[in-house]
Amino acid sequence: MPSFTLTVNDRPHVVNVAADTPLLWVLRDNLGLTGTKFGCGIAQCGACTVHLDGEATRSCVIPISAVGTTKVTTIEALSPMATTASHRVQKAWQAEDVPQCGYCQSGQIMAAAALLAKTPDPTDEQIDAAMTNICRCGTYQRIRSAVHRAAKEA
Amino acid sequence: MERRAFLQTAGGAGAALVIGFRIPTRGEQEPAPFAPNAWLRIGADDSVLVIVDRSEMGQGVATSLPMLLAEELEADWTKVQIEFAPADKAYINPLFGLQGTGGSSSIRAAWTPLRKAGAAAREVLIAAAAQRWGVKATECHAERGAVVHAKSKRRLRYGQLATRAATLPVPTDVPLKDRKDWHIAGKPTKRLDTPSKTNGRAKFGIDTWVPGLRVAVVARSPVFGGKVKSFDATAAKAVEGVHTVMQISSGIAVVASGYWPAKLGRDALKVEWDEGPGATVSSASISQLFAERAGQSGAVARHDGDPEGGLGGAASKVDADYELPFLAHTTMEPMNATAHVRADGVDIWAPTQFQQGAQGLGAQIGGVPPEKVQVHTTYLGGGFGRRFELDFILEALEASKASGAPVKVIWSREDDIRNSQYRPANFHRMHAGLGADGRPVAWTHRVVAPSIMARVFPNMVQNGLDGEAVEGGMGMPYAVPNVHVDYVLTDTGIPVGFWRSVNNSFNAFAVESFIDECAAAAKADPFEYRRGLLTNAPRHRGVLELAAAKAGWGTPAPAGRARGIAVFKSFESFVAQVAEVSVSPAGEVRVHRVVCAVDCGQYVNPDTIEAQMQGAIVFGLTAALKGAITIDKGRVQQSNFNDYEMLHLAEMPVVEVYIVPSTEAPGGIGEPGTPPIAPAVCNAIFAATGKRIRKLPIGTVT
Repeated sequence: MPSFTLTVNDRPHVVNVAADTPLLWVLRDNLGLTGTKFGCGIAQCGACTVHLDGEATRSCVIPISAVGTTKVTTIEALSPMATTASHRVQKAWQAEDVPQCGYCQSGQIMAAAALLAKTPDPTDEQIDAAMTNICRCGTYQRIRSAVHRAAKEA
Repeated sequence: MERRAFLQTAGGAGAALVIGFRIPTRGEQEPAPFAPNAWLRIGADDSVLVIVDRSEMGQGVATSLPMLLAEELEADWTKVQIEFAPADKAYINPLFGLQGTGGSSSIRAAWTPLRKAGAAAREVLIAAAAQRWGVKATECHAERGAVVHAKSKRRLRYGQLATRAATLPVPTDVPLKDRKDWHIAGKPTKRLDTPSKTNGRAKFGIDTWVPGLRVAVVARSPVFGGKVKSFDATAAKAVEGVHTVMQISSGIAVVASGYWPAKLGRDALKVEWDEGPGATVSSASISQLFAERAGQSGAVARHDGDPEGGLGGAASKVDADYELPFLAHTTMEPMNATAHVRADGVDIWAPTQFQQGAQGLGAQIGGVPPEKVQVHTTYLGGGFGRRFELDFILEALEASKASGAPVKVIWSREDDIRNSQYRPANFHRMHAGLGADGRPVAWTHRVVAPSIMARVFPNMVQNGLDGEAVEGGMGMPYAVPNVHVDYVLTDTGIPVGFWRSVNNSFNAFAVESFIDECAAAAKADPFEYRRGLLTNAPRHRGVLELAAAKAGWGTPAPAGRARGIAVFKSFESFVAQVAEVSVSPAGEVRVHRVVCAVDCGQYVNPDTIEAQMQGAIVFGLTAALKGAITIDKGRVQQSNFNDYEMLHLAEMPVVEVYIVPSTEAPGGIGEPGTPPIAPAVCNAIFAATGKRIRKLPIGTVT
């Protein structure tokens, strides 16, 4: 299998996988970073959202061969201290007690963090347009509140 | 290991004898934790570990169950930790008689046992402190994780008392606290699992990893009931990373080093299927079958007075047929399970709602006694009833047994949508006779639908009647003197199963749409009409009135919008919803606001009630607006979220939840929010456009 070098959460990794292997499965099966989730495999649900050079990206359709030198950030490294979840979006998610089953929330949080990095105080319409990740538990109302809260507490 | 030893003993002795068991010392460094029953361990470090014996699938049991125990324990809530229970008789759900999670039963089942467990433990800790101080236990009390002797102003934390407490007898029947003294239960409380669900650390089934793990993807028949005729694994085996290809009962499993090679292997696999008789079924043939069956009489579920005479003598008549489709659950976490079948035992790691079933299956496949099967329940990335099934666990067990390695089976989204046990498609024929005053004098309701019970618990079907299939139809709450409800069990060859709120999801639509049609025929206000007919149903009436008042019923709706209302009881809880809806000139439906009133009796975490109502409304609204699994040539036509669409944040209505204060016994909360939303929305569409929606999904209103 071909060898790929990639930068994930500021650390270099070398993996030997088929060139068409989606970044999602490299993160999960090769690097053990299971916070990024598999939901649909066709970039519809956003459970696999990570940051590529800060852009929210659905990693289930990005082949490893296309990642190159792009910096990959996953939910595990959104905060400097992952266990404390200190990023303002994570803190807002906790304050609003957003998660139910929680499976989509890594992706939701990564999408929200990318939105706020570009649009510090988004309107409801901007949130509607940016937050297209699916939540089957229906936590959308609290997600919206949490994005507004994170914006205010910037 | 120690706990496992206990559990085997306790399991044999039965749940009633569990109280009084204790866990032996775990090692020299660690003093024996105080473990007075199956649900609690208190460590020397003051940790309060609550063993959660229901599956956490979003509904909040990993917080609400510990709240019940902690309330009586007088625990320091900040010290509470959780662990999911193994499969064991000690954890049988008393409402089901088996260990599983469903039917919105968790709080109802745990309400008394968990509080008693906490209270008994508290009394033991008080006794331990009294013994240590040489004072009377009656002079001591417990507060926030400590026992206090007020007279001498002495205080010992539970951790300091754990070792001594472990040597004392556990009382069996300690009186429970008065609800007015509660300070944990009944209060809005943050979920214990939120931190791990915001940093990627929460472990779901799909995240399971064990040494030597292999990943399997399975090729299954495209037609329900189809069988493998032959297969050629040459190309699949040529995929780098593929270890083995094997036939299992559901199809052909490709076992590989990870998901991607397993999936590529399956893509390369050549399978010839014997599709069987299922290949002739289509949605059109099912609709036709339902319509034919609706002309036959069914098994009688309810018969009051003289319905035929009532219809014959009525001043006017209302008739309607309703038809609803199959629906898939599409939990965000696709189906998966990990199993390791060895000669000496079996381990199963699974996001399951049915631990006892998983254990039994592990024993059967592994050829070992059930106590040699360890079931490790992970977080569930959604359940909705789908994870009460064992199909995905069976695949992991078979693949592990055949390959000799631990195997994680992962389903793709396409696998999930095309191989479910669907919410039954269903058809309703309804007639009402109205008196001169517009009130119904007769009501008949024929339910034509497949039976879930006929597949799952066949002895629940007696003389063609599946009582569950007519739930909510049979219990129609309106005061009508002549009522007939019957059921025509109609198998379609498509597997059916539990889907959030189960049969209530469609019977609510039929009943609450039809009563609205009766109100319209009587030229009455739909709220007042219902209210006048709920004379013998005070809790229905209570939530109906609360929802109407909070929604501003009777005042003009915002420009361009109209309101619809529905009320329904399921799982011992009563929910009314008012939907505020607009319909564009192109027929696009937008739900702007939902006002939801809920009476679930006494409750544990109001924050969770709000979340569950919001979530249940999204679940029901998604189905009402967009949801349909359709069949062609025996195949499911949908494949993924592109053609089986979910509601998105941009479409989310503002949901307001109001809880009725109550001293009634607790009701369920995970499901009862789902049934009323579809009729509330369709009744609002009628108010907006004059068009009745009698077939779901709504799609565009033309």
